[in-house]
Amino acid sequence: MEQLIRKIKGMVHLKAYRKQRDDLYFITVEKAQLEMILSHLKKNEGFTHLAFLQAVDFIEDSRFQLTYMLYNYETGVNLGVLVLIDRDKPEMNSIHKLWAHGWQYQRELHELYGIDFPGSPRVHESFVLEGWEEMPPMRRDFDTLEYSERTFFQRPGRSTNDPKEYMKEKMYKNYAASPRIRRDDE
Amino acid sequence: MNKKHIDDIEKQMKLANEGLPECERCLFSDDRPSSVEAFNKYYEGFLNWARSRSLWMLAFGTGCGATELRPLMTSRFDMARFGIFPRPTPRQASVFVVGGYASIKTIKRIIRSYEQMQGPKYVIALGSCTINGGMYYDSYNTINRLDYYIPVDVYIAGCMPRPEALIAGFNRLKEKIRAGECEGMNEYTEKFDWYKENQKQIIKDWNMPDYNW
Repeated sequence: MEQLIRKIKGMVHLKAYRKQRDDLYFITVEKAQLEMILSHLKKNEGFTHLAFLQAVDFIEDSRFQLTYMLYNYETGVNLGVLVLIDRDKPEMNSIHKLWAHGWQYQRELHELYGIDFPGSPRVHESFVLEGWEEMPPMRRDFDTLEYSERTFFQRPGRSTNDPKEYMKEKMYKNYAASPRIRRDDE
Repeated sequence: MNKKHIDDIEKQMKLANEGLPECERCLFSDDRPSSVEAFNKYYEGFLNWARSRSLWMLAFGTGCGATELRPLMTSRFDMARFGIFPRPTPRQASVFVVGGYASIKTIKRIIRSYEQMQGPKYVIALGSCTINGGMYYDSYNTINRLDYYIPVDVYIAGCMPRPEALIAGFNRLKEKIRAGECEGMNEYTEKFDWYKENQKQIIKDWNMPDYNW
Protein backbone atom coordinates (compact mmCIF):
# COMPACT_ATOMS: atom_id res chain seq x y z
CA MET A 1 0.00 0.00 0.00
CA GLU A 2 2.90 2.33 0.81
CA GLN A 3 4.18 1.62 -2.66
CA LEU A 4 0.85 2.63 -4.16
CA ILE A 5 0.79 5.86 -2.19
CA ARG A 6 4.30 6.70 -3.44
CA LYS A 7 3.14 5.97 -6.95
CA ILE A 8 0.09 8.23 -6.55
CA LYS A 9 2.34 10.96 -5.14
CA GLY A 10 4.31 10.85 -8.31
CA MET A 11 1.19 11.12 -10.44
CA VAL A 12 -0.91 13.78 -8.74
CA HIS A 13 -0.63 16.47 -6.12
CA LEU A 14 -1.48 14.60 -2.91
CA LYS A 15 -2.82 17.10 -0.38
CA ALA A 16 -3.12 14.70 2.54
CA TYR A 17 -2.73 11.02 3.34
CA ARG A 18 -4.03 9.13 6.37
CA LYS A 19 -3.92 5.50 7.37
CA GLN A 20 -6.85 4.66 9.60
CA ARG A 21 -6.62 0.87 9.74
CA ASP A 22 -4.61 -1.78 7.97
CA ASP A 23 -7.36 -2.01 5.38
CA LEU A 24 -8.61 1.59 5.36
CA TYR A 25 -6.72 4.54 3.85
CA PHE A 26 -7.70 8.06 2.91
CA ILE A 27 -6.07 10.33 0.38
CA THR A 28 -7.05 13.91 -0.42
CA VAL A 29 -6.56 15.07 -4.00
CA GLU A 30 -7.21 18.17 -6.08
CA LYS A 31 -10.61 18.61 -7.68
CA ALA A 32 -9.24 18.74 -11.23
CA GLN A 33 -7.17 15.57 -10.85
CA LEU A 34 -9.90 13.41 -9.31
CA GLU A 35 -11.19 11.77 -12.48
CA MET A 36 -7.68 10.93 -13.60
CA ILE A 37 -6.72 9.28 -10.30
CA LEU A 38 -10.03 7.40 -10.05
CA SER A 39 -9.69 5.91 -13.51
CA HIS A 40 -6.10 4.98 -12.76
CA LEU A 41 -7.10 3.25 -9.52
CA LYS A 42 -9.90 1.42 -11.27
CA LYS A 43 -8.00 0.27 -14.33
CA ASN A 44 -4.49 -0.37 -13.05
CA GLU A 45 -4.63 -0.83 -9.28
CA GLY A 46 -7.61 -3.16 -8.89
CA PHE A 47 -9.96 -0.77 -7.05
CA THR A 48 -12.87 -1.89 -9.18
CA HIS A 49 -15.73 -1.28 -6.77
CA LEU A 50 -17.22 2.09 -5.82
CA ALA A 51 -18.73 1.37 -2.42
CA PHE A 52 -20.29 4.79 -1.91
CA LEU A 53 -20.07 8.45 -2.74
CA GLN A 54 -20.81 10.70 0.20
CA ALA A 55 -20.62 14.37 1.10
CA VAL A 56 -19.71 16.14 4.34
CA ASP A 57 -20.66 19.75 4.93
CA PHE A 58 -17.76 21.75 6.38
CA ILE A 59 -19.70 24.96 6.85
CA GLU A 60 -16.90 26.65 8.84
CA ASP A 61 -14.45 26.30 5.96
CA SER A 62 -17.18 26.89 3.36
CA ARG A 63 -16.35 23.55 1.73
CA PHE A 64 -18.06 20.29 0.84
CA GLN A 65 -15.95 17.18 1.19
CA LEU A 66 -16.80 14.37 -1.21
CA THR A 67 -15.72 10.86 -0.30
CA TYR A 68 -15.30 8.33 -3.10
CA MET A 69 -14.88 5.04 -1.26
CA LEU A 70 -13.19 2.39 -3.39
CA TYR A 71 -12.69 -1.27 -2.63
CA ASN A 72 -10.14 -3.73 -3.93
CA TYR A 73 -11.52 -7.25 -4.06
CA GLU A 74 -8.11 -8.88 -4.36
CA THR A 75 -6.36 -7.25 -1.42
CA GLY A 76 -9.47 -6.33 0.59
CA VAL A 77 -8.30 -2.73 1.01
CA ASN A 78 -10.67 0.23 1.25
CA LEU A 79 -9.37 3.48 -0.17
CA GLY A 80 -11.24 6.72 0.38
CA VAL A 81 -10.46 9.42 -2.15
CA LEU A 82 -11.42 12.77 -0.67
CA VAL A 83 -11.91 15.99 -2.59
CA LEU A 84 -12.88 19.41 -1.29
CA ILE A 85 -15.18 21.59 -3.37
CA ASP A 86 -16.47 25.11 -2.96
CA ARG A 87 -19.65 25.32 -0.89
CA ASP A 88 -21.02 28.48 -2.46
CA LYS A 89 -20.85 27.12 -6.00
CA PRO A 90 -20.93 23.35 -5.49
CA GLU A 91 -20.17 21.62 -8.76
CA MET A 92 -18.29 18.45 -9.48
CA ASN A 93 -17.40 16.31 -12.48
CA SER A 94 -19.65 13.32 -12.96
CA ILE A 95 -18.20 9.83 -12.57
CA HIS A 96 -21.07 7.92 -14.16
CA LYS A 97 -18.83 6.91 -17.04
CA LEU A 98 -16.41 5.16 -14.70
CA TRP A 99 -19.03 3.50 -12.50
CA ALA A 100 -22.51 3.30 -14.00
CA HIS A 101 -24.24 3.33 -10.63
CA GLY A 102 -22.57 6.60 -9.73
CA TRP A 103 -25.47 8.57 -11.19
CA GLN A 104 -27.75 7.45 -8.36
CA TYR A 105 -25.37 8.75 -5.69
CA GLN A 106 -25.00 11.98 -7.60
CA ARG A 107 -28.73 12.40 -7.87
CA GLU A 108 -29.03 11.92 -4.13
CA LEU A 109 -26.26 14.41 -3.41
CA HIS A 110 -27.89 16.94 -5.69
CA GLU A 111 -31.13 16.65 -3.78
CA LEU A 112 -29.83 16.51 -0.22
CA TYR A 113 -26.81 18.86 -0.48
CA GLY A 114 -27.46 20.80 -3.66
CA ILE A 115 -24.23 19.66 -5.32
CA ASP A 116 -24.53 19.76 -9.08
CA PHE A 117 -23.00 17.15 -11.36
CA PRO A 118 -23.32 18.42 -14.94
CA GLY A 119 -23.87 15.66 -17.47
CA SER A 120 -24.97 13.05 -14.98
CA PRO A 121 -28.18 11.35 -16.14
CA ARG A 122 -31.43 12.26 -14.32
CA VAL A 123 -29.51 14.28 -11.76
CA HIS A 124 -32.22 16.91 -11.38
CA GLU A 125 -35.04 14.46 -10.72
CA SER A 126 -36.32 14.23 -7.15
CA PHE A 127 -35.16 11.19 -5.27
CA VAL A 128 -36.62 11.02 -1.75
CA LEU A 129 -38.17 14.47 -1.44
CA GLU A 130 -40.98 14.97 -3.89
CA GLY A 131 -41.83 18.58 -4.54
CA TRP A 132 -39.22 20.04 -2.20
CA GLU A 133 -39.11 23.82 -2.24
CA GLU A 134 -36.72 24.77 0.54
CA MET A 135 -32.93 24.69 0.60
CA PRO A 136 -31.37 21.20 0.48
CA PRO A 137 -32.13 19.70 3.88
CA MET A 138 -28.83 18.02 4.71
CA ARG A 139 -26.92 21.29 4.64
CA ARG A 140 -26.02 22.24 8.15
CA ASP A 141 -27.55 25.70 8.04
CA PHE A 142 -31.00 24.19 7.36
CA ASP A 143 -32.97 24.35 10.62
CA THR A 144 -34.92 21.12 10.55
CA LEU A 145 -36.78 21.64 13.85
CA GLU A 146 -38.00 25.05 12.73
CA TYR A 147 -39.14 23.58 9.41
CA SER A 148 -40.93 20.73 11.15
CA GLU A 149 -42.77 23.09 13.50
CA ARG A 150 -43.73 25.33 10.61
CA THR A 151 -44.94 22.56 8.28
CA PHE A 152 -46.35 19.71 10.35
CA PHE A 153 -48.99 19.79 13.06
CA GLN A 154 -47.70 19.45 16.59
CA ARG A 155 -49.54 17.49 19.21
CA PRO A 156 -49.34 19.39 22.51
CA GLY A 157 -48.08 17.64 25.63
CA ARG A 158 -44.90 16.18 24.24
CA SER A 159 -42.06 15.98 26.76
CA THR A 160 -38.52 14.69 26.51
CA ASN A 161 -35.94 13.53 29.03
CA ASP A 162 -32.18 13.56 28.87
CA PRO A 163 -31.50 9.81 28.62
CA LYS A 164 -28.42 9.90 30.84
CA GLU A 165 -30.01 11.83 33.69
CA TYR A 166 -33.27 9.94 33.40
CA MET A 167 -31.65 6.52 33.61
CA LYS A 168 -29.50 7.64 36.52
CA GLU A 169 -32.62 8.83 38.30
CA LYS A 170 -34.82 5.84 37.55
CA MET A 171 -32.50 2.88 37.30
CA TYR A 172 -29.08 3.51 38.79
CA LYS A 173 -29.91 5.68 41.79
CA ASN A 174 -28.22 3.42 44.31
CA TYR A 175 -25.54 2.42 41.89
CA ALA A 176 -24.48 5.99 41.18
CA ALA A 177 -24.12 6.75 44.87
CA SER A 178 -21.95 3.73 45.58
CA PRO A 179 -18.17 3.96 44.99
CA ARG A 180 -17.01 2.75 41.64
CA ILE A 181 -15.85 -0.85 41.38
CA ARG A 182 -12.13 -0.87 40.59
CA ARG A 183 -10.57 -3.04 37.95
CA ASP A 184 -7.74 -5.39 38.85
CA ASP A 185 -5.08 -3.44 37.08
CA GLU A 186 -5.92 -0.06 38.66
CA MET B 1 -82.75 29.99 -10.02
CA ASN B 2 -81.91 29.70 -13.65
CA LYS B 3 -80.18 26.77 -15.23
CA LYS B 4 -76.76 28.44 -15.32
CA HIS B 5 -76.89 29.00 -11.58
CA ILE B 6 -77.68 25.35 -10.94
CA ASP B 7 -74.82 24.34 -13.22
CA ASP B 8 -72.46 26.54 -11.20
CA ILE B 9 -73.52 24.94 -7.94
CA GLU B 10 -73.08 21.49 -9.42
CA LYS B 11 -69.64 22.47 -10.62
CA GLN B 12 -68.68 23.56 -7.12
CA MET B 13 -69.77 20.21 -5.75
CA LYS B 14 -67.38 18.49 -8.14
CA LEU B 15 -63.68 18.05 -7.46
CA ALA B 16 -61.36 20.18 -9.53
CA ASN B 17 -58.56 17.59 -9.98
CA GLU B 18 -56.18 20.45 -10.62
CA GLY B 19 -53.12 18.29 -10.03
CA LEU B 20 -53.79 16.28 -13.16
CA PRO B 21 -52.88 17.45 -16.65
CA GLU B 22 -55.82 18.73 -18.69
CA CYS B 23 -55.95 15.73 -21.01
CA GLU B 24 -56.13 13.23 -18.15
CA ARG B 25 -58.90 14.84 -16.13
CA CYS B 26 -61.62 13.08 -18.10
CA LEU B 27 -60.12 9.71 -17.14
CA PHE B 28 -60.74 10.18 -13.42
CA SER B 29 -63.90 10.66 -11.42
CA ASP B 30 -64.58 14.12 -10.07
CA ASP B 31 -67.29 13.07 -7.62
CA ARG B 32 -66.97 13.72 -3.93
CA PRO B 33 -67.18 10.74 -1.59
CA SER B 34 -70.53 10.40 0.11
CA SER B 35 -71.46 9.32 3.62
CA VAL B 36 -73.02 5.93 4.28
CA GLU B 37 -76.13 5.79 6.46
CA ALA B 38 -76.33 3.09 9.09
CA PHE B 39 -79.09 0.48 8.83
CA ASN B 40 -81.52 -0.01 11.68
CA LYS B 41 -80.04 -0.72 15.08
CA TYR B 42 -80.31 -4.51 15.16
CA TYR B 43 -79.22 -5.18 11.60
CA GLU B 44 -76.29 -2.76 11.95
CA GLY B 45 -75.34 -4.43 15.21
CA PHE B 46 -75.23 -7.78 13.47
CA LEU B 47 -73.17 -6.33 10.61
CA ASN B 48 -70.73 -4.76 13.04
CA TRP B 49 -70.35 -8.07 14.81
CA ALA B 50 -69.56 -9.71 11.49
CA ARG B 51 -67.17 -6.96 10.43
CA SER B 52 -65.23 -7.17 13.67
CA ARG B 53 -64.69 -10.89 13.13
CA SER B 54 -63.12 -10.70 9.72
CA LEU B 55 -60.61 -7.88 9.57
CA TRP B 56 -58.65 -7.97 6.36
CA MET B 57 -55.48 -6.05 6.76
CA LEU B 58 -53.68 -4.17 4.02
CA ALA B 59 -50.12 -5.48 3.99
CA PHE B 60 -48.46 -2.14 3.31
CA GLY B 61 -45.49 -1.57 5.58
CA THR B 62 -45.13 2.19 5.59
CA GLY B 63 -42.31 2.41 8.11
CA CYS B 64 -40.10 0.46 10.46
CA GLY B 65 -43.14 -0.60 12.53
CA ALA B 66 -44.07 -3.04 9.79
CA THR B 67 -41.31 -5.25 11.19
CA GLU B 68 -43.66 -6.13 14.01
CA LEU B 69 -46.34 -7.25 11.60
CA ARG B 70 -44.24 -10.22 10.41
CA PRO B 71 -44.15 -12.05 13.75
CA LEU B 72 -47.80 -11.15 14.13
CA MET B 73 -48.64 -12.85 10.83
CA THR B 74 -46.54 -15.95 11.37
CA SER B 75 -47.00 -18.90 13.64
CA ARG B 76 -45.81 -17.57 16.97
CA PHE B 77 -48.43 -14.87 17.44
CA ASP B 78 -50.67 -16.04 14.60
CA MET B 79 -53.16 -13.27 13.99
CA ALA B 80 -55.39 -15.62 11.99
CA ARG B 81 -56.69 -16.73 15.40
CA PHE B 82 -58.38 -13.35 15.66
CA GLY B 83 -59.83 -13.40 12.16
CA ILE B 84 -57.20 -11.02 10.81
CA PHE B 85 -55.74 -11.75 7.43
CA PRO B 86 -53.29 -9.84 5.22
CA ARG B 87 -54.41 -8.78 1.77
CA PRO B 88 -52.13 -7.57 -1.02
CA THR B 89 -54.33 -4.80 -2.39
CA PRO B 90 -56.29 -1.93 -0.85
CA ARG B 91 -59.41 -2.92 -2.81
CA GLN B 92 -59.76 -6.06 -0.71
CA ALA B 93 -58.68 -4.72 2.66
CA SER B 94 -60.66 -3.23 5.52
CA VAL B 95 -57.96 -2.36 8.05
CA PHE B 96 -55.04 -0.12 7.27
CA VAL B 97 -52.15 -0.56 9.70
CA VAL B 98 -49.88 2.46 9.33
CA GLY B 99 -46.56 1.05 10.48
CA GLY B 100 -44.60 3.78 12.23
CA TYR B 101 -43.27 6.97 10.73
CA ALA B 102 -44.71 8.28 7.51
CA SER B 103 -42.53 10.46 5.33
CA ILE B 104 -44.07 12.92 2.90
CA LYS B 105 -43.41 10.56 0.02
CA THR B 106 -45.13 7.74 1.92
CA ILE B 107 -48.11 9.76 3.13
CA LYS B 108 -48.98 10.39 -0.50
CA ARG B 109 -49.17 6.63 -1.05
CA ILE B 110 -50.99 6.16 2.24
CA ILE B 111 -53.69 8.60 1.16
CA ARG B 112 -54.04 6.91 -2.22
CA SER B 113 -54.30 3.48 -0.64
CA TYR B 114 -56.69 4.63 2.06
CA GLU B 115 -59.02 6.24 -0.44
CA GLN B 116 -59.01 3.15 -2.64
CA MET B 117 -60.09 0.89 0.20
CA GLN B 118 -63.74 -0.04 0.19
CA GLY B 119 -65.89 0.85 3.13
CA PRO B 120 -66.27 0.15 5.97
CA LYS B 121 -62.60 0.79 6.60
CA TYR B 122 -60.56 1.28 9.72
CA VAL B 123 -57.12 2.67 10.48
CA ILE B 124 -54.74 1.50 13.19
CA ALA B 125 -51.79 3.80 13.77
CA LEU B 126 -48.82 1.96 15.14
CA GLY B 127 -45.94 3.48 17.10
CA SER B 128 -45.10 6.81 18.65
CA CYS B 129 -44.27 8.43 15.33
CA THR B 130 -47.87 8.45 14.20
CA ILE B 131 -49.00 9.98 17.49
CA ASN B 132 -46.68 12.96 17.85
CA GLY B 133 -43.66 12.34 15.69
CA GLY B 134 -41.83 10.19 18.21
CA MET B 135 -38.08 10.34 17.80
CA TYR B 136 -38.52 12.01 14.41
CA TYR B 137 -40.43 15.00 15.79
CA ASP B 138 -37.84 17.42 14.35
CA SER B 139 -37.34 15.69 11.02
CA TYR B 140 -37.80 17.62 7.80
CA ASN B 141 -39.40 14.65 6.13
CA THR B 142 -41.65 12.92 8.67
CA ILE B 143 -45.18 14.00 9.51
CA ASN B 144 -45.83 14.53 13.19
CA ARG B 145 -49.40 13.41 13.66
CA LEU B 146 -51.37 11.20 11.37
CA ASP B 147 -54.90 12.16 12.36
CA TYR B 148 -54.66 15.43 10.44
CA TYR B 149 -54.32 13.51 7.17
CA ILE B 150 -56.49 10.41 7.55
CA PRO B 151 -58.92 9.52 10.36
CA VAL B 152 -57.43 7.12 12.91
CA ASP B 153 -59.47 4.66 14.98
CA VAL B 154 -56.89 3.13 17.31
CA TYR B 155 -53.40 4.23 18.29
CA ILE B 156 -50.86 1.76 19.60
CA ALA B 157 -48.12 3.54 21.51
CA GLY B 158 -44.56 2.29 21.71
CA CYS B 159 -41.36 2.37 19.74
CA MET B 160 -41.85 -0.32 18.55
CA PRO B 161 -44.95 -1.88 20.09
CA ARG B 162 -44.53 -5.62 20.53
CA PRO B 163 -46.88 -8.02 18.68
CA GLU B 164 -48.76 -8.49 21.97
CA ALA B 165 -49.49 -4.78 21.97
CA LEU B 166 -50.69 -5.04 18.39
CA ILE B 167 -53.05 -7.85 19.35
CA ALA B 168 -54.36 -5.68 22.18
CA GLY B 169 -54.84 -2.88 19.66
CA PHE B 170 -56.74 -5.13 17.29
CA ASN B 171 -58.95 -6.28 20.15
CA ARG B 172 -59.63 -2.67 21.06
CA LEU B 173 -60.55 -2.03 17.43
CA LYS B 174 -62.96 -4.95 17.51
CA GLU B 175 -64.64 -3.58 20.63
CA LYS B 176 -64.98 -0.21 18.97
CA ILE B 177 -66.42 -1.72 15.80
CA ARG B 178 -68.96 -3.74 17.77
CA ALA B 179 -69.94 -0.62 19.71
CA GLY B 180 -70.41 1.19 16.38
CA GLU B 181 -67.80 3.84 17.15
CA CYS B 182 -65.57 3.37 14.10
CA GLU B 183 -67.01 6.00 11.82
CA GLY B 184 -63.70 7.12 10.34
CA MET B 185 -64.90 6.74 6.78
CA ASN B 186 -67.90 9.01 7.30
CA GLU B 187 -65.75 11.44 9.22
CA TYR B 188 -63.38 11.60 6.26
CA THR B 189 -66.30 12.35 3.98
CA GLU B 190 -67.75 15.05 6.20
CA LYS B 191 -64.45 16.84 6.85
CA PHE B 192 -63.18 16.13 3.34
CA ASP B 193 -62.11 19.69 2.57
CA TRP B 194 -60.24 20.01 5.84
CA TYR B 195 -58.33 16.77 5.24
CA LYS B 196 -57.54 17.75 1.66
CA GLU B 197 -56.26 21.13 2.79
CA ASN B 198 -53.92 19.51 5.31
CA GLN B 199 -52.75 16.94 2.79
CA LYS B 200 -52.04 19.48 0.09
CA GLN B 201 -50.15 21.63 2.57
CA ILE B 202 -47.37 19.05 2.76
CA ILE B 203 -47.67 17.24 -0.58
CA LYS B 204 -46.37 19.96 -2.86
CA ASP B 205 -46.42 17.99 -6.10
CA TRP B 206 -50.03 16.82 -6.06
CA ASN B 207 -50.19 14.88 -9.34
CA MET B 208 -53.10 12.57 -8.57
CA PRO B 209 -56.87 12.98 -8.52
CA ASP B 210 -58.38 14.76 -5.51
CA TYR B 211 -60.16 11.56 -4.53
CA ASN B 212 -58.79 8.20 -5.64
CA TRP B 213 -61.81 6.05 -6.32
